[in-house]
Amino acid sequence: MKLGFNLILGGVLTGLVILAGLLAPWLAHFDPVLDADLMNAELPPDATYWFGTDAQGRDVYSRMLYGAQISLTVGIVSQIINTLIGVALGMSAAYWGGWWDDIVNGLTNVMLAIPSLIFALAVMAVLGPGLVSLLIALGLTNWSWTCRIARSSTLSLKSLGYVQAAQTLGYSDTRIMFTQILPNIMGPVLVMATLGMGSAVLSEAALSFLGLGIQPPFPSWGSMLTDARQMIQIAPWTAIFPGMAIFLAVLGFNLLGDGLRDMLDPHMRTRKL
Amino acid sequence: MNAPLLSIDDLHVRFPLSGSWFGRQRRMLHAVNGLSLDLAKGECLSIVGESGCGKSTTALSVMGLQEPTQGSILFRGKPFSGPQAPSRMERAMAAQMVFQDPYASLNPRQTVWQSLAQPLRLHNVTARSELSDRIETVMRSVGLTPEQATRYPHEFSGGQRQRIGIARALILQPEIVVLDEPVSALDVSIRAQIINLLLDLQEEFGLSYLMISHDLSVVEHMSDRVAVMFFGQIVETGPWSAIFSDPVHPYTRRLIATIPDPGAVLGLSREAVVDGPAQAPAGWRFADDGSSAPDVTQEPKPSELVEVAPGHFVRLSRS
Repeated sequence: MKLGFNLILGGVLTGLVILAGLLAPWLAHFDPVLDADLMNAELPPDATYWFGTDAQGRDVYSRMLYGAQISLTVGIVSQIINTLIGVALGMSAAYWGGWWDDIVNGLTNVMLAIPSLIFALAVMAVLGPGLVSLLIALGLTNWSWTCRIARSSTLSLKSLGYVQAAQTLGYSDTRIMFTQILPNIMGPVLVMATLGMGSAVLSEAALSFLGLGIQPPFPSWGSMLTDARQMIQIAPWTAIFPGMAIFLAVLGFNLLGDGLRDMLDPHMRTRKL
Repeated sequence: MNAPLLSIDDLHVRFPLSGSWFGRQRRMLHAVNGLSLDLAKGECLSIVGESGCGKSTTALSVMGLQEPTQGSILFRGKPFSGPQAPSRMERAMAAQMVFQDPYASLNPRQTVWQSLAQPLRLHNVTARSELSDRIETVMRSVGLTPEQATRYPHEFSGGQRQRIGIARALILQPEIVVLDEPVSALDVSIRAQIINLLLDLQEEFGLSYLMISHDLSVVEHMSDRVAVMFFGQIVETGPWSAIFSDPVHPYTRRLIATIPDPGAVLGLSREAVVDGPAQAPAGWRFADDGSSAPDVTQEPKPSELVEVAPGHFVRLSRS
């Protein structure tokens, strides 16, 4: 199978983010929180502080590595929650139809009508700031597209011979969904999950930027941007490097999702986003 | 005559048509309109008709994939539809189905072995040795080797896939096999092989076939009896020899006229069978000669099946 350019570049960028997060304790030069030193505040990038230091004199490079952990956790965990909800609702709605389908469809449309960031903001306001509420908020608000994809894929499979054959062979509905339908809709669902990771990283940055996500002094790319905002003219490196990290991570997830889609679905190969 | 294995009595299937939310009564699509059939043990009964005549809906009703609106289906005298219908697990031992499209009827993510072993496990065949025994046996009887069971469906040709589909239908040893256009998606050169295979299996396992087809030359090779369907009703039914040599209903005649070379199939000239006007018996007329598309939102006009020769019925109404 020929690997696309998107898949390779996306894989490399995503791999870099994963490596950065996993190896942060070994790659970092300083502790991201404790090594604050006001004497070294707002230093431009040099040999010791590769990406410079922030207002508290902490190493931007080290904080960015630890920030990758947050971004990855948020991206992966929230997408797992989203995918579980979306697939469970979409698949069962398409399979059973009737009033359940109507309810799920209505719910999906409501979710699509409300901007997910606003919804996440509301959930965060109720749950209070912090990583766990961030995961819950982003996990509960972005399942609508996955749900739609799962539903439409299931609809197209439902009338196929092998699903009907499973019914005539005595399979229960849940067994049919797990053994016959789920393995055959995993492709598009996986693509949606990967693309969703990019937007989850962005939402995390946005919520942390607004002060609702990761709380200081712990580093996340969004909260680093918040801190950098006030001194962007005197210490632009504090904003540029976390911004670049967000940009590259989101680009990586999106390219990976695109590449996966092209690989899993040959009919889409010619279409470009 | 023995009690029939499967007995369909006055089957109606209607589908609601969308688009009338306010006030008016919902319009219905009448797919099957009072169909009655008996299938005897070891018999092959073919239902023929054009697409949309309700023959596939009938097959789905028999399989329990489509709930009848009205009427009953009995298997060995016990209800096979409606509230007293058996569970999916019990039903699976009675009737299985071979699907039309061999490219859509096998799960692409499962090896043949998995496709055959899963239903067996579900029906409490769990011992490894018995599993492989039964899978080997069924693979051999459909003309494949047991080693081929480790492969995925995409590694097989259309004809081989249809053999796997047949193997899956037989794995639980059902009594009735519903064949939904079993060869129409296959190459002409493969068709004869599959037809012969189905005939061999019928003899070997004493199967009863309910075959759905639009291709009369296939029907001719396989069936003991033929039921011609038009607009959800049987318009003519009888032993295949009677239907082919002495078709009464104008719709049956036109179907036979579509066989490219009836001489080769029937040993008759086309003229002898289908030329000349269709003659209804004295005192009767054809309620609907099937020459124009029916209005499927209306019920058909009243008519009845009249026995014109022993076992040969034609749909007529009194003139």
